[in-house]
Amino acid sequence: MKLPVQIVLGVALTALFLGAALLSFLWTPYDVEVLTIADRLTAPNANYWLGTDHFGRDTLSMLMVGARTSIAVAVVAVGIGILVGVPLGLTAAANRGGWLDELIMRTNDLIFAFPSLVIAILITAVFGPSAVNAILAIGIFNIPVFARVTRGGALTIWTLDYIMAARVSGKKGARISLEHILPNIANLLIVQGTIQFSLGILAEAGLSYVGLGAQPPTPSWGRMLADAQTMIYTTPRLAILPGISIIMMVLGLNLMGDGLRDILDPRIRRARE
Amino acid sequence: MIRLENLCLSIHGDQILKDINLDIQPGKVTGLVGESGSGKSMTALAIMQLLPRGSKTQGQVILDGGDMLSTSERDMCAIRGNRIGMIFQEPMTALNPVKSIGDQVMETLLIHTDKSASEARIIAAEKLDRVGLPEDEFPLSRFPHELSGGQRQRVCIAMAIALHPELLIADEPTTALDVTTQAQILDLLKDLIKEEGMSLLLITHDLAVVSGLADHVAVMQKGQIVEQGPTEALFRNMHHPYTRQLFEASSHQPERADKAMPDPILEVRDVMREYTMARTSLFGAPPKFRAVNGVSFTLNHGESLGLVGESGCGKSTLTRAILGLEPLQGGVIRAFGQHVGPGFPNALKSGIQVVFQDPYSSFNPRWRIDRLVAEPFHLMSERPTDWRDQVTSVLHDVGIPADALSRYIHEFSGGQRQRIAIARALILRPELIILDEAVSALDVSIRAQILDLLAGLQKEYGLAYLFISHDLSVVRSVTDRVLVMRAGEIVEQGETEQVFTAPRHAYTKSLINATPVIPSAWKEPPNAKTSLV
Repeated sequence: MKLPVQIVLGVALTALFLGAALLSFLWTPYDVEVLTIADRLTAPNANYWLGTDHFGRDTLSMLMVGARTSIAVAVVAVGIGILVGVPLGLTAAANRGGWLDELIMRTNDLIFAFPSLVIAILITAVFGPSAVNAILAIGIFNIPVFARVTRGGALTIWTLDYIMAARVSGKKGARISLEHILPNIANLLIVQGTIQFSLGILAEAGLSYVGLGAQPPTPSWGRMLADAQTMIYTTPRLAILPGISIIMMVLGLNLMGDGLRDILDPRIRRARE
Repeated sequence: MIRLENLCLSIHGDQILKDINLDIQPGKVTGLVGESGSGKSMTALAIMQLLPRGSKTQGQVILDGGDMLSTSERDMCAIRGNRIGMIFQEPMTALNPVKSIGDQVMETLLIHTDKSASEARIIAAEKLDRVGLPEDEFPLSRFPHELSGGQRQRVCIAMAIALHPELLIADEPTTALDVTTQAQILDLLKDLIKEEGMSLLLITHDLAVVSGLADHVAVMQKGQIVEQGPTEALFRNMHHPYTRQLFEASSHQPERADKAMPDPILEVRDVMREYTMARTSLFGAPPKFRAVNGVSFTLNHGESLGLVGESGCGKSTLTRAILGLEPLQGGVIRAFGQHVGPGFPNALKSGIQVVFQDPYSSFNPRWRIDRLVAEPFHLMSERPTDWRDQVTSVLHDVGIPADALSRYIHEFSGGQRQRIAIARALILRPELIILDEAVSALDVSIRAQILDLLAGLQKEYGLAYLFISHDLSVVRSVTDRVLVMRAGEIVEQGETEQVFTAPRHAYTKSLINATPVIPSAWKEPPNAKTSLV
């Protein structure tokens, strides 16, 4: 099968940042926690490929570790969303029309109704700013998204004859949800996962930018943007590089998500042929 | 009116149609008969030039001396809907749910003519009136979801005839409808053709429908027309073996052994099932809909009991109740002497299994066959150690080779899937199998094979069947007794032959009269007649 250009581009961009993040565990050109004031604000050269910031930290190393922070926050936040949201959605669908369904879905609506940033500020105001609290704040808002996607997908599967056959075989809601429903909505969840992942990256950058996310000295893209703000006219590169990284990462994930949806959804696949 | 000359079609290199020659005469009904995959619908789409991407056509489709295959898309748009109208099988999805029926009928008029909206509205009202939806009962502002399947199909017909097309293509127009509705729609089409002088290309799998309506019939198999001619002559002669095969399969009578014993395994007494509807007012109890109302019957060991009724009569609700999946508001169901309900033991549940209508949604697409067929073992406290051998043996019983075990369901055809569904129902050696429209979605020849299979299994294992169907001819050929259900109630029951030959209830009579049949005189070969003399 010939892969569409968009998914190739999306996977390539995602792989690039993921690779950089993984590499940063083993090796970065410079240690990001060591300040070399003598080399501050160096323009890109053979030693510092992307230059240095106002503390003399290597921008390339900062971006690599920043990618790690962003991806870690997004992965855990999506993980929270899936681990909590999917079982809730499956439970709601298994009890469709019942009081448990109502309870779960109306609680979902309640969480949806809160502006996420305000809640994040609340959480950090109570527990103090940290990457962990940023993860929690973003993760909580992933729960209703996954619960709703799961319930919607599961409801259509519940009407099919093979579910009836499973019920005739004496299977109960929980087992049917695990054995029959979940494998058949996995593609929906994968696609939603990539979308939430990119939103998580944006949210982490946003929270770090306003100082509610990862705290110094941990580098993060949002933090780098905030630091570069005062030097935007003198050294624009410091703001542009993390900005481009955020855009490229999110673009890559969105392209990959769209492409995956096209490949995994047979209806769209047929329409394209 | 339209002539197809050596029409060939290939899609992505696969040959779909081969040398189709068909002359559609003005003012006549041309029937195109064949089983699924024979290329009937593709022939219609080729005429309309609505083929999927990757299609390559050869030959000619001649309209007024011009070849439509070489007509530009812009000119085709002027022909579609204007000179050629089309109606489809599934009236539930053929209409746009967010537009009113009036707007949808007007649409064709507004696109193809320069009539104003108010003029188009008047014509739309006339056309809807003509197809049996008068404006005072069915205002133009109605939406598709407010209409029944038959009424929606009428709207589709009104759309198709809005501009007096010269040719109407009807692709399985009544397949999704109940028999009585089917008879009304066929009558409507017949009248329209007479009045408007249209030609009709009637595509169907049902020989009986064609025999009642068509002047000329073409039989298709594997992308080719194997036989064609005037309807009566074609039915009387049937030169091609495939035509004969199709004809025999449609009136197939499986060989059945009478093993019924007066030993009731299922007793249904005054069963009532109500659904609570949405509240209509803030206070006061929500209205209730009684889907099954006071149904009683008994099913004996080894017996085939038919349950006949149109869609929405409560057949499926009753099935679910017998399977213990629906709570009852009244009456009792007893199986093997025990109440069917929450406390019904698993060991007895395994005595009642079910086969569903749709072979495509009956299986989890992500499971392999061995796991699918073995699913009912869940009813046992533990899966027997030789479960794989048992799966292999039931698959053998239904004629599926053992190498199927590790394959996925999408690798099988509709008929094979239905065999696998029967294997799944058989694995626990039940005494009763509920066949919920189990052969309705199959082609006639496949249907005949499955009916033979069911009859054979009954003979071998002494199974009882509850055979639920809307298809009277099938029920007649495979059941001992029959129940006729209407609006949640059993209106007539008795020995199958007796009910069919001398129906007492008016509803049973109307069902039997509405079923299309091939005139019995046509069934005798002409030479047989002469030899009698």
